[in-house]
Amino acid sequence: MPEVYYAHPLGVAVLKGLAVILVIFPIAAACSMAERKVSAWIQRRPGPNRTIPPFLAGIPGLGVLQRLGLFQLAADGLKFLFKEEPLPNHVNRLYFTLAPVIAMVPAFTTVTVVPFGAYLDAQGGVIPLVLANVDVGILAVFAIASLGVYSLILAGWASNSKYPFLGGVRASAQLISYELSMTLSVLPVFLWVNAPGLPGTLGFGRVVEFQSLPGFWGGTWFFMTMPVSAFIFAVALFAETNRQPFDMPESESDLVGGFHTEYGAFKWSLFFVAEYANMIVGSAVFALLFLGGWNPLPWISLGDLVNFLHNHTGWAFWLHPVAVGVLSTLIFIGKIVATLFFFMWVRWTVPRFRYDQVMKLGWQKLLPLAIVNLIAYTIGIYFLQG
Amino acid sequence: MAIIPVQRKPLSFIERSYLPALASGLRTTLKYLFGPSETMQYPEQRPAIPPGYRGVPALVKDPHGREKCVSCQLCEFVCPPKAIRITPGTAPASGVSVQQEKAPQAFDIDMLRCIYCGLCEEVCPEEAIFLQNQYSMTGFSRAEMVNHKDRLYEIGGVRPDQHFKWDVKKAAEEAAGGGHH
Repeated sequence: MPEVYYAHPLGVAVLKGLAVILVIFPIAAACSMAERKVSAWIQRRPGPNRTIPPFLAGIPGLGVLQRLGLFQLAADGLKFLFKEEPLPNHVNRLYFTLAPVIAMVPAFTTVTVVPFGAYLDAQGGVIPLVLANVDVGILAVFAIASLGVYSLILAGWASNSKYPFLGGVRASAQLISYELSMTLSVLPVFLWVNAPGLPGTLGFGRVVEFQSLPGFWGGTWFFMTMPVSAFIFAVALFAETNRQPFDMPESESDLVGGFHTEYGAFKWSLFFVAEYANMIVGSAVFALLFLGGWNPLPWISLGDLVNFLHNHTGWAFWLHPVAVGVLSTLIFIGKIVATLFFFMWVRWTVPRFRYDQVMKLGWQKLLPLAIVNLIAYTIGIYFLQG
Repeated sequence: MAIIPVQRKPLSFIERSYLPALASGLRTTLKYLFGPSETMQYPEQRPAIPPGYRGVPALVKDPHGREKCVSCQLCEFVCPPKAIRITPGTAPASGVSVQQEKAPQAFDIDMLRCIYCGLCEEVCPEEAIFLQNQYSMTGFSRAEMVNHKDRLYEIGGVRPDQHFKWDVKKAAEEAAGGGHH
């Protein structure tokens, strides 16, 4: 194994942090273009496909990137960096400037506790690749992600105008409402993985481990054995990330832009990036809890895949921790991308809810369903794990 | 006709959960996602111009190269937005147009005023002005957007003629005595 694994803990942490940032940031940026492209394709348009810098236009082969809108993405990013920062006169300057920064903090802090891959140690044990391998995993994600609503409320309030204010109010009500169902929906998963005789944990490593056990029931992913939980979690995830059909805080049709109506240029783009980062982390948590984490397929765990590749090709290279780590990370990113695509797909399928419908769905439908689901699975797990 | 009472069945529990509708909606959008794009990539692809299209109005010549316009000014008078401005003049005393006595000295169509109604084409007794297939007019100044006579003939070009009115007149004159009028 390379010496980097034995280097100073601080150096390792910095390397891990850079690796995470270098993966999450480009995906967050690419998400905005993916959103535009998927939207366009569903509406039978080609989407942004024209932009290319003149000095690159002559190079053959770049046409694919041009048609995928990659240069448009760069142009958008540069535009946000260089355009004038409007600061309306009627706003509270401190909080108005602070809100987009606060939006970024929970978005990128939650990334640290989400494992995105794994490698096998000498004994064949699965070690998750994660920036901070804390035992409180899901609790940390929920706790930090809840702070995200402060930026929306702050932005709505500091803007000192009607539409952002309404957007901020809606954001706070909606996020609080759906957090309850979300938390209740994941409890069966953690009741199951904290089987008797094992040390208690709320980390994601154990959850994935329980989706890669041998045997028919051991190899199933949790979205098969706990479909109601997965459904409630997915719906609550849409609401928590302010995605259509739950885009109440933004509400382009009735609130102009909602909480970010008064924002422009780079501040606005910070909200935008934070929203996509939240989506990525949400998708990652969904993939870890219900889609088997870094396992390639149900009933085929990462270890099985690596052993199969090793036996099939005969290369010892497949057993190397770096190879396994890269492979598992790619599998996991694939799942995140698929979930993100689902976000965009649903956006153009389901019409927006009215505000009262959002509240009714959250409190009168999802919350009772989540409670019943929790009770049913608690009783079931009690008898199964006895 | 017998009255057929329509059964309005109440929605089942599954239907009220919206899930079947959600699934069919997702299927529809997925079908569109992989369907062909409806967009025309404009500057590279051009729309097919249907017959009778009303584009930029322009003056035409007959296959012998005659100006057909005799500056009767009917189009100028009928033009609803007053886009046409004609200064009447006499036809050149020699050459192909010698029989037609009158021709426009200046013929301006202000394309910033033109509404592409086609009344000029409809009213013209000489079949001298036609709306072309050209639909894209650009310019950097207001003056550039006024089509003068030479530009109008350039856009209009030559159009096939069924009557050859001036040839008939010429033949008649030659038959009457070969002299000039």
